[in-house]
Amino acid sequence: MNAVISMTNLRKSYGDLEVLSGIDLTVSPGEVVCLIGPSGSGKSTLLRCVNQLEQATSGTVTVLGQTIASDDHEPDIDIDDVRARVGMVFQQFNLFSHMTVLENCTIAQRKVLGRSKPDAERIAQENLERVGLGDRGDANPRQLSGGQQQRVAIARALSMDPQLMLFDEPTSALDPELVGDVLSVMRELAEQGMTMLVVTHEMAFARDVADRVLFMDGGVIVEEGPASQVISNPQEERTRQFLQRVLDPTHTPVAGKEHKDS
Amino acid sequence: MTSTLNSPTRRRKKFTPRQRAALSRGVQYGILLVVAVIIALTADWQRISSNLFNVEVALRMLPQLPSAALNTIIYTLFAFALGLALGIILALMRLSSVALYRWIATLWIEFFRGIPALLVVFTVGFAVPIAFGVRIDSITAKAAIALGIVSSAYIAETIRAGIQAVPAGQIEAARSLGMSPTRTMLTVTLPQAFRIVLPPMTNELILLTKDTSLVYLLGLSASAYDLTKVGRDALNSGTGGLTGLFVVGAAYLCITIPLGFLARWLERRTGGGSR
Repeated sequence: MNAVISMTNLRKSYGDLEVLSGIDLTVSPGEVVCLIGPSGSGKSTLLRCVNQLEQATSGTVTVLGQTIASDDHEPDIDIDDVRARVGMVFQQFNLFSHMTVLENCTIAQRKVLGRSKPDAERIAQENLERVGLGDRGDANPRQLSGGQQQRVAIARALSMDPQLMLFDEPTSALDPELVGDVLSVMRELAEQGMTMLVVTHEMAFARDVADRVLFMDGGVIVEEGPASQVISNPQEERTRQFLQRVLDPTHTPVAGKEHKDS
Repeated sequence: MTSTLNSPTRRRKKFTPRQRAALSRGVQYGILLVVAVIIALTADWQRISSNLFNVEVALRMLPQLPSAALNTIIYTLFAFALGLALGIILALMRLSSVALYRWIATLWIEFFRGIPALLVVFTVGFAVPIAFGVRIDSITAKAAIALGIVSSAYIAETIRAGIQAVPAGQIEAARSLGMSPTRTMLTVTLPQAFRIVLPPMTNELILLTKDTSLVYLLGLSASAYDLTKVGRDALNSGTGGLTGLFVVGAAYLCITIPLGFLARWLERRTGGGSR
């Protein structure tokens, strides 16, 4: 089967600062891949290169059969067409604040896919029910909790019938007790066979749901493999250090501070 | 231990905080009262009632006010419609990727923001007809063109600021759903920008209302009189002194204060822009 995402030697720099230093990544249909790593490691940038919210500096990126970045030539492709088939969920939800929940889920269906209003509303309603918010269609985004807003954002993306879903730290802006709602929606989505690329700090989610976990640091993929290996039995020292900091933060050695007993 | 905890770190003054707050309020009211008394004692009430608030003259003006107020509102609305349309175009030009558009828009904005509105009204009223051989008969059209051009310069800058204040995440969300840049601008950016600029836009409208006082320069027939022209005529009538100006001043307030209320109501209703 053809890969959903395939990246070869992807590099991204801002001026002199290289954020991604040669990434090779293939995601197959139905696969759930989690990207973990410290902040500044380039995992969000990598994710945003998939739907070209960030433009790769060099390297090849092919998404759903469309080459959107290439070294040989600047591909003159319709990125909007690719984006319409790739759902994206942001850390800050980014619901359209001037529209109701239902309008958030119908606007792109109508303006991009050209669906009729009744069709769009039916599909939006189905997806709102899928994320457990079927009764909140008339609400304004700001009337919802963070967890609800993020689930609406997922419904909005799903309403476009995407073939790939990108999640950029979807639970990082949520209160702890609301994280679970969003993660269970994402788990169901994974179980239904959606291809997903997820940047996350939720190690439990990565361990339980991901087919493959990639640990990134300093703009490269340091370690990758099945969740059971990368999270439970990491081979690389950097991975081990990172996981200790995330999973056992109260016993993390503080940088620059002499620690007495350990 | 307890005694050191309770003892103040700084030596207290004579009054407690509550007493000082009461004293401060008392002083402020006192100043207000003194100023009011001075004004009341020094003003010449006899002359004021005959020259500034002459009821007889005011009553004589009253029948002219409704049509003059209506004219003022009509000039304002047409000028605002044109100013808004031009302003949106100019704001988009200033943000265009075509450098020439940015230069043209910047030039237009700097020019018309920098010269007195009076000059523009004169130019549209007299210079343009001479230069291009066109005759604009309607006073409303002339007023709308002149004042619309002036206000477009201010409105363009307001809208540009509003567009740039729309959170980047909103635009990224629209683009990630497959919307083109134009579609994103129309569906997401502009509607949100308008919410953000609602308060300053009310200012533009109120400023414009007052700027319509310049239409007298175009030479008005009696049916086209705006509020200021009515006031000026009353001023020249010989009796009542400055009363006419105070009457039209009040009439302007009757127009502009409700606008302020309307804007605040709209702001509440739309929830004041994005998060």
